[in-house]
Amino acid sequence: MSANTKPDNPNNPIDYQAYSPFKPFEPPTPPERSPLPYFFTFCVCMITWLVLSGKFDLFHISLGVVSSAIVTYTSGDMLLRARRLKGLPGNWLRFIAYVPWLLFEIFRANMHVMRLVFHPRMMDLIDPRMFRFQSRLEDETARFIFANSITLTPGTITVYVSIFGKYTVHAIDKASGQGLPGEMEDRVGAIFGE
Amino acid sequence: MQAIFLYASVFLACLMGLSLYRSVFGPTVLDRIIGVNAIGSKTTTLLILIGLIYERVDMFVDIALAYATLNFIAVLAASRYFQKKKGLFDEVEGR
Amino acid sequence: MSLLDIIATAMIALGLFFFLGGAIGILRFPDFYSRLHPAGKLDTMGQFTALSGIALYLLNDLSLGSVLTALKILLIVVFVFITSPTATHAIVDAGVRAGMTPWTKETREEGRR
Repeated sequence: MSANTKPDNPNNPIDYQAYSPFKPFEPPTPPERSPLPYFFTFCVCMITWLVLSGKFDLFHISLGVVSSAIVTYTSGDMLLRARRLKGLPGNWLRFIAYVPWLLFEIFRANMHVMRLVFHPRMMDLIDPRMFRFQSRLEDETARFIFANSITLTPGTITVYVSIFGKYTVHAIDKASGQGLPGEMEDRVGAIFGE
Repeated sequence: MQAIFLYASVFLACLMGLSLYRSVFGPTVLDRIIGVNAIGSKTTTLLILIGLIYERVDMFVDIALAYATLNFIAVLAASRYFQKKKGLFDEVEGR
Repeated sequence: MSLLDIIATAMIALGLFFFLGGAIGILRFPDFYSRLHPAGKLDTMGQFTALSGIALYLLNDLSLGSVLTALKILLIVVFVFITSPTATHAIVDAGVRAGMTPWTKETREEGRR
């Protein structure tokens, strides 16, 4: 066991290397200091301010600049980390291209759940179940987007995602849970080049 | 268009009554939280419809945004309150 | 009525239809895990379609104020799409940690006997 895989607490009963299927547990690396996340946070705050206030005279804009600067100073590194910005702008463009497909998928699954809701023999049709599967996604943001996409698609809810990428999903009937992990995982993986 | 918005608002209010049944007679606490969450998401839409009826959308849209935020925070806080503590690595033993 | 008005009315009606499905689903489904499916998702879709319809209606007169209001409504839609899965996950997580067993067909047949 090398030095960086050993947990700090020697009394910790969990041997990470024995349990992890594909990689040793890495302690989180300290965030790199970079001005880019701060600049990005400032821009997001400023655009939100302009949309919400709707006044474009000098006084209100300077108020917005001061408020955005304070927010950026206190919590500028929370929205994005420096390594998240490395894939710019490819990741973001691919993510925006993913959204319409997700919306169409949500609409289709909505129609399925609506049919279940209005069906007179609903109790015979539904067959709730919990099942687990191992996802191959490694990136934290990819796992987050995949879990949120599963939850947004009606018929399936992500119950739990372990730190090793094991998903626990609750499905309303057999047909809803069949497609996982299928095309959606491939598409989320394609955003991050996995 | 005003009549359409009015009828839509009345319809939404009736649907909120249906959801209210679940939040009053729900067997568990979590069922009540679901009912309250459903009422909140309908209220967000209803507020903007009311703004369209009174022709003050610019004012009511801010209220709707604040209401959506409050709804989210309320559901999050309530469901965090009604749960037992469990460690992060509990699932590791079950693999 | 202009074409934009007709599209907006159709979208609002579709949103109300989704809301109706959500409300009836909350009443009809057997346990709280399955009630989350209509509650969390059909309501999100209803909000999405209804609010998009209202934003389209506001674009009838292209002034700065109405465009800003439409942008704010879009902000609400984006906010709902981010927070709705989080709220759903918080509720289902509370249920799992409290040890509630999901309703299945087997438990239903046991209850019949």
